[in-house]
Amino acid sequence: MKDLKMAWRNLWRNKRRTLITVMSIFFGVLLSIVMGSMQEGIYGSMIDNVVKTYSGHIQIQHPDYEENKNINNTIFESDGLIDSVLSIDHVTAAVPRLKNFALISSGEKTRIGMAIGISPAKENNLTGLKKWVKEGSYLENGDRGILIAKNLAKHLQAEIGDTIILISQGYHGANPADLFPVRGILDFPTPELNSLGVYMDIETARQFFYAPKMMTEIAVLADDYEEVPAIERKLEEMFDSRYNYLSWQELSPELVQFIESDKGSGVIMKAILYLVIGFGILGTIMMMMAERRREMGVMVAVGMQKIRLSKVIWFETVLMGIIAVALGFIISIPLIAYLTANPIPITGEYGEAYAQFGMEPVIYFKMAFSVFYQQALIVFAIILAISIYPYRVVRKLNTIEAIRG
Amino acid sequence: MAIIDVKNVKKIYNDSEVAVHAVNGIDLSFEQGEFAAIVGPSGSGKTTFLNMLGGLDNTTEGEIVIDGVNVSNLKGSKLINFRLMNIGFVFQAYNLIPVLTAKENVEFIMELQGKSKTERDKRAKELLSAVGLGERINNRPNKLSGGQQQRVAVARALAPKPKFILADEPTANLDSKSTENLLDIMEKLNKEENITFIFSTHDSRVVNKARRVITVEDGKVISDVRK
Ligand SMILES: Nc1ncnc2c1ncn2[C@@H]1O[C@H](COP(=O)(O)OP(=O)(O)O)[C@@H](O)[C@H]1O
Ligand SMILES: [Mg+2]
Repeated sequence: MKDLKMAWRNLWRNKRRTLITVMSIFFGVLLSIVMGSMQEGIYGSMIDNVVKTYSGHIQIQHPDYEENKNINNTIFESDGLIDSVLSIDHVTAAVPRLKNFALISSGEKTRIGMAIGISPAKENNLTGLKKWVKEGSYLENGDRGILIAKNLAKHLQAEIGDTIILISQGYHGANPADLFPVRGILDFPTPELNSLGVYMDIETARQFFYAPKMMTEIAVLADDYEEVPAIERKLEEMFDSRYNYLSWQELSPELVQFIESDKGSGVIMKAILYLVIGFGILGTIMMMMAERRREMGVMVAVGMQKIRLSKVIWFETVLMGIIAVALGFIISIPLIAYLTANPIPITGEYGEAYAQFGMEPVIYFKMAFSVFYQQALIVFAIILAISIYPYRVVRKLNTIEAIRG
Repeated sequence: MAIIDVKNVKKIYNDSEVAVHAVNGIDLSFEQGEFAAIVGPSGSGKTTFLNMLGGLDNTTEGEIVIDGVNVSNLKGSKLINFRLMNIGFVFQAYNLIPVLTAKENVEFIMELQGKSKTERDKRAKELLSAVGLGERINNRPNKLSGGQQQRVAVARALAPKPKFILADEPTANLDSKSTENLLDIMEKLNKEENITFIFSTHDSRVVNKARRVITVEDGKVISDVRK
């Protein structure tokens, strides 16, 4: 207690020295929080891209659908089913879809693609489908027409107003075939979606597939991907094993793999970052110890135990760490909040390169509690490791030499 | 009875090719209430001797017995504690703790001894008044002149009530007026409170004030005169 008080007094009595050390730790905390939040933000926006343009965070499916993507493995849209999904905390949208493979023909040309039945208004809420309509118009509720993805339209040489023939497999062995006018052409930011298939109103799809009230999936959107496990638990609680619940990780394993490998290569970057931070802090601590050699020598000469002196200095180091980490939080919380709300646009050549790969030319940040406490813990661990240094200096202090100065 | 007994003490430095006999066999004893100067040219071994006397440095040979305790056998935290309870130090370069005020510097050793706040407060104020710095108790060392800092250092050395005070060239950095002033204070404390001072110097005015003059050369005592 006395030692802590002595340490606290020493900090305030040498404000310049304290400020330099606190600042060196503070910048470390700030830097690592900004980097961490940026990384999370980039992953978040990548996940959002996939999740919000198509898959949703969770899909509710028939237990057998994942194994056998057959229109017979569908679920029934009972009254209130979607509403009860929507009632779960952090669920922002839940939309029904009915889809199956189909032969898609126009004139002489034929391709295989997906025929996806959607609820136009609800789907737009979840995936913002409407904004990808490049030509023509979006679907109305109950529309008899279709939207066709760009690359597919090109192959089929289909244009707005043309008629498309769909031939598919229907529910319980039916063999549907019908004609649909093209209402619009879709231009997505990702190539896979541009070759995927055609979109139609879900009621039109149900008639076509002879599958009234049926769905192949309910796509669920959460307000934050970190809430997905909680939502899944809740779904299991509500519906037992009546359905299969697939998270975005299971729906987009390539994305998960990419993020994992990116995190892996990021480890080296982070190691370098912490090394820089660590040596920055160590440098100021070493300076501090050099500056105080004589003072410490005098203290030991007049009768202060070395163990006590090192305790006081250890407290000083840790107190400075606490102050700096707190300061880092106070500054970085509003900063990251601002950057989360106002992502940084990438301009010039880099921006164009991003756009070419179908990525938004924007650096996103994410305000994640995990980033804050992880970075605080890591920086604090660095400080604890560094605080061994003053301890060793005191232990090895040669009193006579130190006094001579 | 002697409070310090020095028996054939030697200090040999072997770190260069030729061994340096910094202190080469000194036998001395000091009584309570002495005012003794150790005189000699630079390099004669004064600092080395005082460091051993103060338990800051170990002896190569011989022993130093203070109040019946063989200090030469003490090590580590026991030795530090012995210094804390028994010996007062005044250094040539003042060596006050820069972040502490004059009063806090005087209280510092008492704080290490575990003395209560009220006792520390009272004694620090008394001692600073005694050395003529009653008005400057809240000044940091960098706001004090060299002479004033050295007077704070004397007050600091006295505060824990040591058995004796060692001062290695305490006036070497002071002008003649501050030197005289400091010596007057030391002399007064010696006469009125029977405080034992052992100090080294090569300033003849300081030597003149001493009641015992021990002259060393090449690590040996060549004369020991009491006035
Ligand atoms: N740490 C040391 N290593 C080697 N030689 C030393 C050391 N300290 C002092 N000496 C030598 O011991 C001798 C006495 O030094 P010192 O006690 O400082 O003399 P004084 O204080 O009388 O000037 C000198 O020759 C000095 O060079
Ligand atoms: Mg000397």
